[in-house]
Amino acid sequence: MKDFAALFTEVDQTTKTTRKTKALARFFAEASDEDKLWTIALFSGRRPKRAVNTTQLREWAAEEAGIPLWLLEESYPIVGDLAETLALVLPPAPEVSDKPLSHWIGELKALGQVDIDARHDRIVAAWRQLDETERFLFNKLITGGFRIGVSQKLMTRALAQATGQDEAVLAHKLMGKWTPDATSYHALIEAEDPAADASRPYPFYLAYQLDDGPVDIGPPEDWQAEWKWDGIRGQLLVRGAEHHVWSRGEELMTDRFPELAPARDFLPDGTALDAEIVAWDFENEMPLPFNTLQARIGRKTVPKKLLREAPVILLAYDLLEHDGTDIRAHPMAERRAALDALIADLPPEAPIRASRLIAFDTWEALAKERAKARDFRAEGVMLKRLDSPYLSGRKKGDWWKWKLDPLTIDAVMIYAQQGHGRRANLFTDFTFAVRDGEALVPFTKAYSGLTDAEFRKITAWVRKNTLERYGPVRQVTPEHVFEIAFEGIHESPRHKSGVALRFPRMSRWRHDKRVAEANTLDDLKAMLAAYG
Amino acid sequence: MADPVLTFTERGIYCPAGDFFIDPWRPVDKALITHGHADHARWGHKSYLATETAAPVMRYRLGDIALDTIRFGEVRQIGGASVSFHPAGHIPGSAQIRIEVGGEVWVVSGDYKTEPDKLSEPFEPIRCHAFISECTFGLPVFKWRPEAEVAAEINAWWASNAAEGITSVLGSYSLGKAQRVLSLVDPEIGPILTHGAVEATNAILREQGLPLPATTQVSADANPKNMTGPLVIAPPSALGTPWMRRFGPSSQAFASGWMALRGVRRRRAMDRGFVVSDHADWDGLLAAIKETGAEKLFVTHGYTDIFARWLKSEGYDAHVLKTEFGSEDADEVTEEEPA
Repeated sequence: MKDFAALFTEVDQTTKTTRKTKALARFFAEASDEDKLWTIALFSGRRPKRAVNTTQLREWAAEEAGIPLWLLEESYPIVGDLAETLALVLPPAPEVSDKPLSHWIGELKALGQVDIDARHDRIVAAWRQLDETERFLFNKLITGGFRIGVSQKLMTRALAQATGQDEAVLAHKLMGKWTPDATSYHALIEAEDPAADASRPYPFYLAYQLDDGPVDIGPPEDWQAEWKWDGIRGQLLVRGAEHHVWSRGEELMTDRFPELAPARDFLPDGTALDAEIVAWDFENEMPLPFNTLQARIGRKTVPKKLLREAPVILLAYDLLEHDGTDIRAHPMAERRAALDALIADLPPEAPIRASRLIAFDTWEALAKERAKARDFRAEGVMLKRLDSPYLSGRKKGDWWKWKLDPLTIDAVMIYAQQGHGRRANLFTDFTFAVRDGEALVPFTKAYSGLTDAEFRKITAWVRKNTLERYGPVRQVTPEHVFEIAFEGIHESPRHKSGVALRFPRMSRWRHDKRVAEANTLDDLKAMLAAYG
Repeated sequence: MADPVLTFTERGIYCPAGDFFIDPWRPVDKALITHGHADHARWGHKSYLATETAAPVMRYRLGDIALDTIRFGEVRQIGGASVSFHPAGHIPGSAQIRIEVGGEVWVVSGDYKTEPDKLSEPFEPIRCHAFISECTFGLPVFKWRPEAEVAAEINAWWASNAAEGITSVLGSYSLGKAQRVLSLVDPEIGPILTHGAVEATNAILREQGLPLPATTQVSADANPKNMTGPLVIAPPSALGTPWMRRFGPSSQAFASGWMALRGVRRRRAMDRGFVVSDHADWDGLLAAIKETGAEKLFVTHGYTDIFARWLKSEGYDAHVLKTEFGSEDADEVTEEEPA
């Protein structure tokens, strides 16, 4: 564990990506295959099954530290990370050991086989052999969310450096359903043709936001435009008479969207589509509002009623695999033509539509089309260079999203709550209200958009202007007005204000506005009527 | 029943028997000052009393003030109170103030640190009936490692930067922390440069006989680009400003007790955070409180509610004291150590 802790320390001590990559590449060059496999697994969001819950961990750590549980609980929000809090309160380790990362993961896996007392003894025994950093990492393995400033992309790059393999090829190998328990480093990374995995998706290509419009990206004839949908980005694979649906976050969503299963009957074997999953209005052949789809998100099984009310389809915009061949290197125009040929003649009951292209001659003409995006329940337009290959990850140049300007409303801050992790100790989570006569009606929360300096400033203000505390939430004097920007507005019976916003964030701190100048509930309802 | 030895007023901690205040935050006639940090030694009082070692910095910072000095341990009668100052180990010259009225002894800790360092007079526990204690780091997550270990970390960081030919910039508050850091670094590694605010304080403390390594103030003449791998000591407020550009490629670090928390460290977006504190850690606070023998406790700065609750559960008569010293905020970038 010492080598892994040293790696963590090195990565954690720098803000520079090149240094992090170098440290990780060195680790990959030196560590054992088991440790390498688990390191890849951890930095691609996989972790050992949780064998103890955090309540037990807290109790055991408090007991081992000789402090009451409440004192540990009070310390947690100030530290902002449970694994770290536990590591910090524990007394110095009386023993030293240098067992590898995979040993400790093995220990955690073994906990599932023993009773609770034995679990306690083994966890405490581990704490007694690990120094503070090792303990923090060990606790992180249990509490999950192994986010320590290494993205999957960075890890893949380091692995590419260490193995001499191409980064994109590695990224593809690391996609899909594999688990470190069921494979080996050799099978995953080194084997020439790793057991062809029918469920393995391609890495997604992500677009950058075009802030100033398409002025500097060349002539319009080099580009295709399509609507930017507000759905769930997904990849549909049809291979060997089976189908798989993957989210951009590499979550397998096949079972969540059973209405996509007939895709197997309509698409040939060896097909991979890049598409948007949207709730669909079959009558008008257009997407339903995003909040209809929202009801489906996170639902692993779907009741019949919901299937009727919020049926989904795929709006396909790219073809990555055709007749079992990876065609990502082919130009966009060619892939699009192949896509159109594949799905043009599908009957209306097929859960697939082509995301249609927007015709335009000049950027001005496209700007006019873009202004109509909300009429089509789109967020703006996507621009894709006609001769571009399908890349992986977020890369500048070939794909751009050109979103509509957000809607905005001026609102009053009424509640504040402290953040977690990097934002622990700072008030970063706020609830905002609009005016309704003399009353203030809360209508949204927002967490982002301010600079660190502004967060510090508002934090100091919140501390001095707390009216009431409700657990972690503080009610504050209604005094500050913020401009809230958002992408959409929908009716919502679950909210007091009757509306729900899409992607709300603080776009400006309106120092120039007083509470009496903030927007009203009527203003909000007018926006709902106009854009909902 | 007689007045308590100290009362707590809007202007600060007050002693009715001696008609004086301790570290008041509004102008008063007579102020006893524990140490020179700006949240304790404020401007505008008619007269000041502080230790001989704290005085030069206070004069430098507050200008022409009516400042009387006292030696550590010397007992002075002020009205009906006998008063003495005792080392607090926080920064050079920092004191706890002992007040005795009619046989009842109260002690105001000011800011304190129990672990000795190479510059400040070591903390001295004082027996008392009531103890007014700071608790900036009064949570069990704060436990300092020995000073030598942190010194080794800082020197390793500096040496590795120097080997790569880049400048090391270490943010440290200009009074106390900067000198403490200077006492830890190995001058053999390379030249040490200072920001003007740090150097001014260095000059005063050197004149008082404190052993500090040789430092050069950053100026037009001392161009860091002509040096190999210098260490620059600057107040945190100077980091990230155009003043930094002259150093070329650099690694930036910050020295503070708050650096024990990863969240705070990451928020600073510094390359490194070194856990160097002028305050007592959890064990230090508990040991200090125990050694006073006090039954009555007032706690100030920091996580006072939590710390007081703990002390009560340990059987103390503990109270939270609202003061205007510093703040509980780990992110305040002021010239002074936030505490």
